[in-house]
Amino acid sequence: MTGKQPLAYRQVVADVFRALDDETRRLILDELAAEDGRTLFDICTLLTMRHGIASTRQAISQHLAILEGAGLVTTQRRGRTKLHYFHPEPLAEITRRWPTPREGTH
Amino acid sequence: MRIRLTSVFVDDLQHALEFYTDVLGFTEKHNIPLGGGASWITVVSPQEPDGAELLLEPAGHPAVGPYRDALVADGIPLAQLTVDDVQQEVQRLTDRGVTFTQQPMDIGDHWVAVFDDTCGNLIQIVSAKQPQP
Repeated sequence: MTGKQPLAYRQVVADVFRALDDETRRLILDELAAEDGRTLFDICTLLTMRHGIASTRQAISQHLAILEGAGLVTTQRRGRTKLHYFHPEPLAEITRRWPTPREGTH
Repeated sequence: MRIRLTSVFVDDLQHALEFYTDVLGFTEKHNIPLGGGASWITVVSPQEPDGAELLLEPAGHPAVGPYRDALVADGIPLAQLTVDDVQQEVQRLTDRGVTFTQQPMDIGDHWVAVFDDTCGNLIQIVSAKQPQP
């Protein structure tokens, strides 16, 4: 991609970078990439037990809202419970803009 | 000070009594008619018949619905029950048609899992990896 980007595109990319600019949110994506379909309660338990992060549920809920706003996390209801899924598509935008040469191709 | 009784809100008292006894395996301890179709019902573990009682509290109060809906939406359990082996219990209850919102999770010294009690609540079960003294 070259030249001036449309405003909507620039906003999407800005949201993705802002969402990724936080270690807790990157860890949430790591855990969802490994296994998604998780509740807020699951994610809080994983962050506490595996990563020693003792944030409040409200704080984790806000992190998830930022990830969802950037399109990196989607949610779906199963019965009365809300589950969170990893949605990597916005990350593909970054590699499309700045392609990384694969081993042996340069 | 001691804890002898705790409670969970339940949508339907008779259904809850059946689920907590037939499916989970607790024993009815008190069933005291209060008139007007209401009853004061508690269950206990058959392993500890004189231990803590769980009161099945009708969920009729208008505050209960929004409170429980918000907890269930976020997957937060309302109570925690101790079992000998979480994996075995998950298998046993799944075979009985119980839905788990959290499959067995390793949290270090313990295993945990969360199920829907069909009475409006999520309940966590926990087992220690090493037998407790």
